[in-house]
Amino acid sequence: MLADQDRIFSNIYGWSSASLAEAKKRGDWARTAGLMKKGPDAVIEAVKASGLRGRGGAGFPTGLKWSFMPKEVKDRPHYLVVNADESEPGTCKDRDILRHEPHKLIEGCLLAGFAMRANTGYIYIRGEFVNEAIALQKAIDEAYADGLLGKNAAKSGWDFDLYVHRGAGAYICGEETALLESLEGRKGQPRLKPPFPAGVGLYGCPTTVNNVETIAVVPTILRRGADWFAGLGREGNTGSKLFCISGHVNNPCNVEEEMGIPLRELIEKHAGGVRGGWDNLLAVIPGGSSTPLMPKHICDDMLMDFDSLKNAGTGLGTAGIIVMDKSTDIVQAIARISYFYKHESCGQCTPCREGTGWMYRMMDRLVRGDAEVDEIDVLHDVTKQVEGHTICALGDAAAWPIQGLIKHFRPEIEERIAARKSAAVAE
Amino acid sequence: MSINSRIAEDQPQSFAFNAESKKQIKAILAKYPKDRKASAVIPLLDLAQRQHDNWIPMKAIELIAETLDMAEIRVLEVATFYTMFNLRPVGKYFIQACGTTPCWLRGSDDVMRCIHDKLGIKSGGTSACGKFSLLEVECLGACVNAPMVQINDDYYEDLDYDSTSELIDRLAQDDVPPAGSVKGRQGSQPEPGPTSLGDVIDFKKAKSKTSTSKTSSKKSAGKTRQGGA
Repeated sequence: MLADQDRIFSNIYGWSSASLAEAKKRGDWARTAGLMKKGPDAVIEAVKASGLRGRGGAGFPTGLKWSFMPKEVKDRPHYLVVNADESEPGTCKDRDILRHEPHKLIEGCLLAGFAMRANTGYIYIRGEFVNEAIALQKAIDEAYADGLLGKNAAKSGWDFDLYVHRGAGAYICGEETALLESLEGRKGQPRLKPPFPAGVGLYGCPTTVNNVETIAVVPTILRRGADWFAGLGREGNTGSKLFCISGHVNNPCNVEEEMGIPLRELIEKHAGGVRGGWDNLLAVIPGGSSTPLMPKHICDDMLMDFDSLKNAGTGLGTAGIIVMDKSTDIVQAIARISYFYKHESCGQCTPCREGTGWMYRMMDRLVRGDAEVDEIDVLHDVTKQVEGHTICALGDAAAWPIQGLIKHFRPEIEERIAARKSAAVAE
Repeated sequence: MSINSRIAEDQPQSFAFNAESKKQIKAILAKYPKDRKASAVIPLLDLAQRQHDNWIPMKAIELIAETLDMAEIRVLEVATFYTMFNLRPVGKYFIQACGTTPCWLRGSDDVMRCIHDKLGIKSGGTSACGKFSLLEVECLGACVNAPMVQINDDYYEDLDYDSTSELIDRLAQDDVPPAGSVKGRQGSQPEPGPTSLGDVIDFKKAKSKTSTSKTSSKKSAGKTRQGGA
């Protein structure tokens, strides 16, 4: 178990105030200018050495991503954009950073902005997080008043302005290019890549989009050293991570733990165990709704990190863990996720716009067993036609949960179809 | 859903931003480069909705287009793309109930059933008294405090049938309970108490500090707001 002294987010539950004064007592904003003394490239190198991988779902190495930004500012300004559009079902960690630890995020924005030579940052926060946006804005106002933002921010010699931009309810805006479209005042429909945002991003300028948690851990990494962070977890999967444990556990909660912690230990230590005991577990969705589920026998000795979960055919995603016990109608649970993707498809690409609706209607029939067995294969085939054939990953995200269901619970679906048929015969 | 059914038939003849909104528009526009005024379209739609009983009339769409040098259709398409914008009137208490899988696993069907039992409305409806509207929405990002609903700006978490019923009763009397967990749970920590951070936080001391600073009603649950909101 991660030692309390190694937890980055000591106020994650909001026991203390989010104010600047309290944040400083927790160590935020201590010798920030000193962390920037060796120049932007030193910051990038330290983040690279820490092994930090993006906390928003894809797990791309953060330092490497920053290094894609041009080394010099030429005719176009650089932008840092923080993705606080947290809406992946099962995920609610960034909300706690925004409302209880906003200064970690704000200080991280200054450091990241400096590293990528950006003088301006935008934090795009989902519209429903009204109170979180108020808390964040209050913290930004405090930082400006204390000279930590603005001209010569934190006496570092670097000018940095930071703005909050609220969204208005669209899951797709968590996709980085849809987020940029939305920030520019349009419908949130993803852009084709390339060009990547580091070349052509916000307002056509070099831009890097990072998740809230990714940015918020940077000050602590720089302060305690890349070696400290890299010493947690294991190679390629370093550091600590906020996990969200929802569903059929005794005590659903968020908790910061070491990367690579066994799933069972995580659930039993912090979430009070699976409802009815570990043997009552049916399946777990490990990283937000788009990651394929794992039946119990895979969960038994699963380690919670990027590579372990990838090797098991699923993913760490956002670390939003959705636990389902044996009372769960697993077909309905996945059908509800299919409905989610149908609702959230932006409508731009035909395979996704039409496919998500088709897949949901098919899933809805499977819940009732109102289908032929070979339609399961047709459904699987359709998921394969959606996957990889759209501009953004929403199509993939809609396909994977269904593929996971068919892979692990096909007998359950077939039984349901058989039961309905025999009931019809009996009538 | 066709576009027409989303837009109110009865429209006011005019709309103007009030003085407070105008002040805010100035501050909003200062966030973006001068030639990128369209970036302010979502904030201005939000402002119009807040000023106009939680829905946006077509006259406001026209005004925003004019203010931001945008074509009206561009503003309208943004207003219809994002789910938070209401283009027809809603009740004083606009209930957005989450039904996505993490909430569903923890009993969002009971919450929905309670709202239906008490108010006789389903998703998209407004109660006979005109005070409540219900919309089933997708994940609101409070999954470890499921099931939950958002009422206007506030999240109410850790609900079940009975606590939803109590919540509606209080709102019917315009007695708005504090936002957060209806069980009084602190933020997203495990309900019986934290399983981590004990070495860096003296929870006993911290607790006495927070409990004296609050006026406590039995189900007082505003703790999640102490973080600055």
